[in-house]
Amino acid sequence: MTDVSTDSPRSASKGPDMVNMQVWRGDASGGDFKLYEVEYREGEVVLDVIHRIQATQANDLGVRWNCKAGKCGSCSAEINGLPRLMCMTRMSTFEPGQDITVAPMKTFPVMKDLVTDVSFNYEMAKRIPAFQPKPKDADGKRRMAQRDVERSQEFRKCIECFMCQNVCHVIRDHDENKVHFAGPRFLMRIAELEMHPHDTGDRIPLAREELGLPYCNITKCCTEVCPEHIHITDNALIPMKERVVDRYFDPITRLGRAIRRKR
Amino acid sequence: MADLETHDFDVIVVGAGGAGLRAAIEAQAQGARTAVICKSLLGKAHTVMAEGGIAASMGNVWSEDNWQVHFRDTMRGGKMLNNWRMAQLHAQEAPDRVLELEEWGALFDRTKEGLISQRDFGGHRYARLAHVGDRTGLEMIRTLQQRAVSQGMAVFMECKVHKLILDEGRVAGALAYWRETGRFVLFRAKAVILATGGIGKAWQVTSNSWEYTGDGHSLALSTGADLIDMEFVQFHPTGMVWPPSVRGILVTESVRGDGGVLRNTDGKRFMFDYIPEVFAAETADSEAEADRWYEDHINNRRPPELLPRDEVARAINSEVKAGRGTEHGGVYLDIASRRSADFIRRRLPSMYHQFKELADVDITATPFEIGPTCHYVMGGVKVDADTAQSTIPGLYAAGEVAGGMHGSNRLGGNSLGDLLVFGRRAGLAAAEYAQGLGAAPQVADSEVDRLTAEALDPFNRTTGENPYSLQYELQDTMHKLVGIIRVRSELEEAIEKVGQLKERAKNVAVEGHRQFNPGWHLALDLESLLTVSEAVARCALLREESRGGHTRDDFPSTSGYWSKINNTIHRDSTGETTITQEPLPEMPDELKALFEEPAK
Repeated sequence: MTDVSTDSPRSASKGPDMVNMQVWRGDASGGDFKLYEVEYREGEVVLDVIHRIQATQANDLGVRWNCKAGKCGSCSAEINGLPRLMCMTRMSTFEPGQDITVAPMKTFPVMKDLVTDVSFNYEMAKRIPAFQPKPKDADGKRRMAQRDVERSQEFRKCIECFMCQNVCHVIRDHDENKVHFAGPRFLMRIAELEMHPHDTGDRIPLAREELGLPYCNITKCCTEVCPEHIHITDNALIPMKERVVDRYFDPITRLGRAIRRKR
Repeated sequence: MADLETHDFDVIVVGAGGAGLRAAIEAQAQGARTAVICKSLLGKAHTVMAEGGIAASMGNVWSEDNWQVHFRDTMRGGKMLNNWRMAQLHAQEAPDRVLELEEWGALFDRTKEGLISQRDFGGHRYARLAHVGDRTGLEMIRTLQQRAVSQGMAVFMECKVHKLILDEGRVAGALAYWRETGRFVLFRAKAVILATGGIGKAWQVTSNSWEYTGDGHSLALSTGADLIDMEFVQFHPTGMVWPPSVRGILVTESVRGDGGVLRNTDGKRFMFDYIPEVFAAETADSEAEADRWYEDHINNRRPPELLPRDEVARAINSEVKAGRGTEHGGVYLDIASRRSADFIRRRLPSMYHQFKELADVDITATPFEIGPTCHYVMGGVKVDADTAQSTIPGLYAAGEVAGGMHGSNRLGGNSLGDLLVFGRRAGLAAAEYAQGLGAAPQVADSEVDRLTAEALDPFNRTTGENPYSLQYELQDTMHKLVGIIRVRSELEEAIEKVGQLKERAKNVAVEGHRQFNPGWHLALDLESLLTVSEAVARCALLREESRGGHTRDDFPSTSGYWSKINNTIHRDSTGETTITQEPLPEMPDELKALFEEPAK
C-alpha cells in the first residue's frame, strides 16, 4: 500500500503526529543520515513512514519492499541499530518524540540508500545440492508422517530476509569469510534437506568443509533477529554440528567403522 | 544503442512468480535457452502471499473427488464464463503439478496416512487444497526457485521489462532496464512469456504488492495482443480494514474453512440472509447445521460463510451500507469465540503471527475487522488454452496475467494450480515455437533508440507532475468509482478521470538520477496502471449485468446475452483501443452433461 494519503476517513480517531526520521542516504561511494520531519499515524509501521517520505519529500529514496505484510522479506534494514523488517516495526513501539534512525543492512554492500547488494546470498544458494528424493512407494505415492515433515517445515518458513546473515558476526565483521561461510540461512537450508524424510543426499561434508559450519559458535544472534521465529541455532545449526561430531569425531562411531572395515 | 548490454535467448520469461518460474523450468527442460527477468529479487514475487493452498482433485481426503467435479466447481464459480478448455486442463493436470512440486522438495502437510493433506475452501465441493499451514505460496515459490537454481537458470533480478519489440508481427525481444543502475538492457528472444501477475495497485485498498501494476497486460495490449474480461476484478471479501499497517492484507478463507464466522455490529451471523437461490440446495440454512458440517460433511450442508467470494463480498458490502458495519467500514470475522487458541495457532500459524506482529491484533482473542480488498484480476491476455499463446506469434501469457481460466470469478485455491498448469504449458509451447523458428527475428536499432529516449523523458522535465500523486489520484478514482459495486454514472466519471490522468502522466517529472530511483520506476509503471484502469472501467461500463467479480447496481441480474460474451480489447497500430463483444468458446456436449447431474 503506497498510500500517499494523509487522511483516511477510516482512521479519523487520531490526528497525525510528527516524527524525526534519520534515513541513510547515499551509495557505494559514501553517504550520511538525512533528517526528515514527517507525519505518522496511529497503527502505522516504519515502512508506512518511509513511503510517506518517498511520496512527499524524496521521490528517489531507494528502498526495497514487496508485500508489506511480513511475508516476502524484502524490507530488511537496521532501525535504531537493530536489524528489523520495516513492515513489521510498529511506530507505537517507539517513545513519542524519539528520533528513529533507518540504515541499510551493514553486512552487504550498499547500492543506494536503504538498498543493499545481497547477491552473496544468491551465490551461496547455488552451492547447495538440490533435494534428492528416494523412490516413491509402489503405488506411486509418497508417505511421510506429519511429525517428520515438521522439522524441515520449520526451516521452510524462512522468508529470506537475510537478517540472520546480516547479524552473523562471522561475516558481519569479516568480509573475507564470505568465501567459505554460507551463513545461518544456508546452513539451515542444508539442515532442512538433511532432515527431509525422503532426501537421500549427504551434505554434511559440504557443510563442514566448504560452507563453514564450524565457524558458527552458536551465539544465537541469527535466531534472535529471525522475523519468522525459526529456532535457527537450536533446531538447525546445533543438530548439524552434532551430525558432524557423530560422523567425524565420535569414538564409538569411529570404532564401529573400524570394526566394519575389518569385517 | 552502441553500448547497450544485449543478451540472446530462445525464450525469456517476464516475472518470477509461480507461473514465470514454472514456465522457465519447463522451457529450459525442453532445451530452449531460457532466462527469467523479474522486477524484484528472486523469491519475493507476489505468489509468496498465497495462503490457502493448491486446488487439485487428488482425492487424498475425499476419494469421491475427481477432475470432473473440480472442473464443474470452477465453471460454476466463474459463472460459466470461463474458457471451458482452460478450466478442464487445469482440473485434469493440477494433481500432477502438485506431485511434481513434492518431487522437487516441497513439504506439504500430511494426512494421517502420510499423504498430502487437502483442506476445504469456498466453492470447492470437496476438501482438495494441498497446503502447508497457511504459507502455501511461499512453499511453492521456494520450491520452484530452488528447482530453477539447480537447473542453472539465467535470472535477471531487479530488471524491469519496459517494452516488447516485434519484427513483422512476431516477437523479437524486449527492452528492459536494471533498477539498480538505470541502464538499459536488450533481450533478443524468439519467444516471450508474460507472467507478470495482476493489476491491484490501481486500487487503494488491495492485498497486492507494489509489483502488481499491470505490466504484462499493458505490454500485451501495446504489441497488439488482445485482452479479455477486464471488468472482472475480484475483491477478496476478507481483507483487514484496521489498523492501517495491515489495511488491505488478506485474511485467508481458511479462517472460515476452519470455523470462523462473519458477524455485524449487532453480533448477528448475517451470511444466512445472503444465500443465493443457486447455492441454496448445498448451503446450510441454520447455525446448527452449519456448525455440524465441520465434523460431518456427508449429512450436513456447508456453512454460508464458505459461499464463493463474490457472494461473501457482496453480503459484507450490504451490511456495511445498511449501517451494521464497524467504524472502519468493515464487519467482524470471529474465530476467537469458536475455536481454542491452540487450534487457531496450529491451523493458521502465519495468520496469527502476522497480525500479532504487524498490528498487535490477537486473532485467538478477539474478532477482527475485515472488508473487501482488491485481490485478483480474472481478465487478462487472451490465450489459446492448450499453448497459452496470445494472439501475437511468439507471445505467451500464464498465470494471473492471462484471461479466461477463471471466467467472471476465481475460486480460492485455483490460482496456484493455474500458475503451475499454464506456466508449464506456456514453457512447453514457447520452447517448441522458438526451436521451430528458423532465423531469429530482428530488432531494429531505431526502435531501441526510440524506446530508450521515451523512457528517459521524465528526467528531462524540471517541473511536472509527481508520479506518486498521480498514482494516488488513480487509486482513489478506481477505489471510489470502479470498486466492488459499480454504476453507469460512476464508471463514466472514472473513464473521464483516467483520461485526464493519462494526459497529466505525459508531463510526469522525476528528481535525482537513474540509480535505483523508485520515483522514475513509478513514472514508467504509471502507463501500465492507467492502461489497465481504462480497460477495466470501459469493460465494466459495457457489461450491463452483474456476474461474478462484476456487480452493477443498475443491472443487478445476470443477462442471457452477456452470459455468452467476452469483452475483447484490442489496440491497433495507431494506438486506438476498441472493445468488441466476442462469443464464448462453445463447451462440448460431454462436458455440458456434467452440469445436468443433480447436485448431491
